[in-house]
Amino acid sequence: MASRKASQPKRDSGDKYSILLPTYNERENLPLIVWLLVKYFGESGYNYEIIVIDDGSPDGTLEVAEQLQKIYGEDKILLRPRATKLGLGTAYIHGIKHATGNFVIIMDADLSHHPKFIPEFIKKQKEGDYDLVSGTRYQGNGGVYGWDLRRKLISRGANFLSQVLLRPGASDLTGSFRLYKKAVLESLVERCVSKGYVFQMEMIVRARQLNYTIGEVPISFVDRVYGESKLGGNEIVSFVKGLITLFATT
Amino acid sequence: MTKLLEWLLGVSLVLAAWAVVSFDLLELRLPQSYREAAWPMPLYLLVSFGCYSLGTVGYRVATFNDCDEASAELLGQIQEAKQDLRKKGLKI
Repeated sequence: MASRKASQPKRDSGDKYSILLPTYNERENLPLIVWLLVKYFGESGYNYEIIVIDDGSPDGTLEVAEQLQKIYGEDKILLRPRATKLGLGTAYIHGIKHATGNFVIIMDADLSHHPKFIPEFIKKQKEGDYDLVSGTRYQGNGGVYGWDLRRKLISRGANFLSQVLLRPGASDLTGSFRLYKKAVLESLVERCVSKGYVFQMEMIVRARQLNYTIGEVPISFVDRVYGESKLGGNEIVSFVKGLITLFATT
Repeated sequence: MTKLLEWLLGVSLVLAAWAVVSFDLLELRLPQSYREAAWPMPLYLLVSFGCYSLGTVGYRVATFNDCDEASAELLGQIQEAKQDLRKKGLKI
């Protein structure tokens, strides 16, 4: 092990990155996302830990996570399960409490966010000492896979409307692939009350309000390989409600 | 100040300026041609903003990247990961 570590690029910055993976019924995806995380962190040499926050998945996600812990070690994979399905915001609070890194990365565990972008996030963060770095589907080489015209239209339309109303200083408001300084994430999560898509948007809007600096990295978003991705009328209605709430209160 | 208040403030400033010119509220004795030009301005602004919005959203939808290579790369890596994890003793 020691010789293999020595051959990796030296990263003696002392920075450590905690990846929070909230899961619910992700037994198919969890091993794959963990494998990819280990691969890219191994290659780039940064210090990291993966915190799996499983909300009592009935499909045995936790059991798979325990196997992964045996394979990759208890210092790399931390299991912090909760008994029942609670909100995303509380999952982050729960995860941060156990995170030992000075940076926290949040991403979806369903493979729509590829770990290959994390080294780019880290580089970007170091470039400008940004308080948070957000992945963006809407700029540069960023994009999506698996979306039809309707989905693209709704996404672009909703993004344009949000940009006009909120002027948040970031191009992807509803994306959830981001890197935060730990203290910054703590202070943001405390303030955010929204659910679903709006939660991510509120995080960025509050960040601007608190004068945090935001860096952006283009990402490709590959819509769920396993499992269904939904965008129904309900999501749209709650998005609009959330947008109006943020418009009137921030 | 909330975004809502910023918007209300902006809109009322524009409307006030428009009313001053259109109805000559301050009795500046502006030429009739100014008043005639100003009168339909809010409608023009609204229509051009609408066109700008439609154009922007349409352009962005049309140029939204389809990341086919990203998907292909991921699918390849999934196979690789499955083999490697099986070798390491993962049972699913």
